Amino acid sequence: MSAQPALKMQAWIDGIGFIAPGMPDWAVASAVLRGEQPYVSASSVLPVPTLLPSAERRRASRVIKLSLGLGLEAVAHAGADAGTLATVFSASGADGHNCHALCEQLATDDRQLSPTRFHNSVHNAAAGYWGIATRCMAPCQVVGAFDASLGAGLLDAMAQVACTGESVLLVAYDSEYPQPLFAKRDTPDCAGVALVLSARPGPNAKARIQLHTTRARAATMADPALEQLRQQVPAMRALPFLQRLARGESGSVVLDYLAPQQIELDVTPC
Amino acid sequence: MYPLQLSAFTLTTCLGQGVQANREALRAERSGLKPCDFESVALETWIGAVDGVDAVQLPAHLSRFDCRNNRLVQMGLQADGFAEQVKRATQRYGADRVGVFLGTSTAGILQTELAYRRRDPETGALPADFDYGGSHNAFSLAAFAREYLGLEGMAMAISTACSSSAKVYAAAARQIALGTIDAAVVGGVDSLCLTTLYGFASLQLTSTQPCRPYDPSRDGLSIGEGAGFALLERAEGAAPGSVMLLGVGESSDAHHMSAPHPEGLGARMAMAAALKAAGLVAADIDYINLHGTATPANDAAEGLAVAAEFGRRVPCNSTKGATGHTLGAAGAIEAVICAMALIDGRLPGSPGTQQLDPGLDLNYAQHGSDAPLKRALSNSFGFGGSNCSMILGVQA
Repeated sequence: MSAQPALKMQAWIDGIGFIAPGMPDWAVASAVLRGEQPYVSASSVLPVPTLLPSAERRRASRVIKLSLGLGLEAVAHAGADAGTLATVFSASGADGHNCHALCEQLATDDRQLSPTRFHNSVHNAAAGYWGIATRCMAPCQVVGAFDASLGAGLLDAMAQVACTGESVLLVAYDSEYPQPLFAKRDTPDCAGVALVLSARPGPNAKARIQLHTTRARAATMADPALEQLRQQVPAMRALPFLQRLARGESGSVVLDYLAPQQIELDVTPC
Repeated sequence: MYPLQLSAFTLTTCLGQGVQANREALRAERSGLKPCDFESVALETWIGAVDGVDAVQLPAHLSRFDCRNNRLVQMGLQADGFAEQVKRATQRYGADRVGVFLGTSTAGILQTELAYRRRDPETGALPADFDYGGSHNAFSLAAFAREYLGLEGMAMAISTACSSSAKVYAAAARQIALGTIDAAVVGGVDSLCLTTLYGFASLQLTSTQPCRPYDPSRDGLSIGEGAGFALLERAEGAAPGSVMLLGVGESSDAHHMSAPHPEGLGARMAMAAALKAAGLVAADIDYINLHGTATPANDAAEGLAVAAEFGRRVPCNSTKGATGHTLGAAGAIEAVICAMALIDGRLPGSPGTQQLDPGLDLNYAQHGSDAPLKRALSNSFGFGGSNCSMILGVQA
C-alpha cells in the first residue's frame, strides 16, 4: 500500500507557447485545434531569438531558436517575468545538427573540435542560453525520456510547482537530425510546447490541471495529419491535451508517457 | 520533502567496482588515473578508466542497449548487491511505485562515434546494428536500468552536463514527497568517449598530468568514467546510522556556457538553497566534497563561493584526483563518497593536490583523517551554468 499523497500535483496554466510544422504559434494552433481552420502542414517557422545579443542571435541554431521562441511566447502570454521563473526543459535529444558535425569530424583523422561545437553539444545547451539571455538564476532542470520526454517534463515541472509553490516554465521541444542519424531517429522537424505553470490561480490563468499517473490508453487526434504529428514528435504527445485547452473543454485526457505508465491530466478551464 | 533515506548505495569508478574497493583506495589516497590509452585517442592527458567494462555482457533480451555506457550501468547495478536491494523494494512497493532518475552527459555517444566510422561508403548510412534509442539517446541508460531491474513506473534522464546526477536526487525527492512513487533508483553513469576527451581538450581544460584540484599549479581536469547509484526511500523506519538525504539546492549561473560565474555566485546560491532545504546553517556541515575539477577557473570560483558561505571552518576537498572527473556521473559518485565518509567517520584525502592555492582561504584537507561526521555537502556544477549542492547526514 502506498501512502496518501501529501500534496496534489496541480497547477494553473498562465501562458502557452507553441511551434510545430504548419502552426507557427499558439494563436494559429488553437484555431486549428478548435477546428476553425484546417491543418496544413508546412516547415516549422522558427522565430528570431530577440532575447540574445546580436552575435549569438546570428549564430543561434535551430534548436535554440525553437526553445527560446517557445519559452518567450509562453512567458509573454502569461505576463510573467522570465528573469525569475524556474525552468524545466524537456527534449528527446540535443542539437542534432551539431551532434552530426561532431561525430563526422571524430570519424576523421582531424579530431580538433571547435570549442563552441563542444559546449553546444550538451543536452542543456538550450537551457543554458535561456539562462544567459534572461539573466535567470532560478533552478533549471533538463530532462529527457526518448519518446516519453513530454511526460517526464510534465512530471518534474508539476512536481516543482507543488513542492515549491513557485511558478515554473516548462519547455518541451524536439528537433530533427540530419542524415545519416535521421534514418535512425526520424523526428521530421522542430516542434514543441511551453507552459507557464503556477501554484495558484492568477489573473491570466487559462485552466487548472491536475496530474495523475495511470495505465489507461492515451487519447489520439481525430485529424489524421495531427495524429501523425502527435506520433512523430515526442513533445506533440501533448496535442490531445492542448486541443482541450484550445476548446475550453473540461474533463480528463490521457497522454502517452512510458508504457505501461501514462499521464492523465484533469483539465478545468478558468 | 526531506529527509529521505538512502537505503542502498554503490559506486564503480577507476578505483574499482563497489564500495569496498573504492573505500580501500580512498583510504590509501591512491589515484586511479593513468595516461590516456583509450580507444584510438591521441591526446596527452590522463584518464580514469573502469577496468573490465568491455567484458560485460548484457542479457540477451536487452541486447539493443549494448554499448560501453550501458555495460557500465550493469556493472554498477551489480556491485554491492544493489540490484537485489532494488528488487526487494519492488516486492515491497510494486514495480510501478519505484521510479528511475539517472543523470548522464555522454549516454552511449561512443557507440555513435564508432558507427560513424562504419558508414556505408555508397550511401553514407549508419550500420544496421546501430540502435539510436538503445545507446545514443540521453534516456538510454534509464531505459536500460528500468528494464534490467524489472521496473514499470516513471523514469527520466536528467542531463545538465556535470551536475546531472546530483539533480536526480532533487527530482526523485519531489516525486516521493508527492506520493507518486514510494522509492527511487537515483544515480548517474558516464563513460569515456571521443566527444568529451577531444571536446574538453579543445577548450584547453584537460591537464597533461594527473589533475591537481585546488593546487596553485592546477591546469585542468582528468576525465574519468563511472557509475553511482542509490535507492531513495521515505525516512520513516530509518535505523540509527542510516545515510539520509537532508536537502538539495539548485541554481543557474546565467553567465556563460562553459565558464563559471567568476565569483561563484550561482555556486553559492546552490549551497545556500541546499542548507535552506535541509533546515540547516553553515555551522552544521562537517565536510564539503567540492566539485573541484582542477581547472583554474572552476576551483577559483567554487573556492570563493565556499569561503563566502562557510568561511574556513569546514574541512573540504575534491576527490577527483582519485576518480577523475566523471562528468555526468560525478554528482552520484561523490554523493556515495560522502555517504561512505559519514558511515566510516573518515574524511577522504585529495590525491594530486600538493598544496592549497594560497589565493583561496579554505580549510582544504589534503589528506584523509578520522573525524566524527554528521553531515556532508557535495557540490556539482555543469556547463550551461547548472549548479547543484546536496547535503547528506547520518540518522541519529
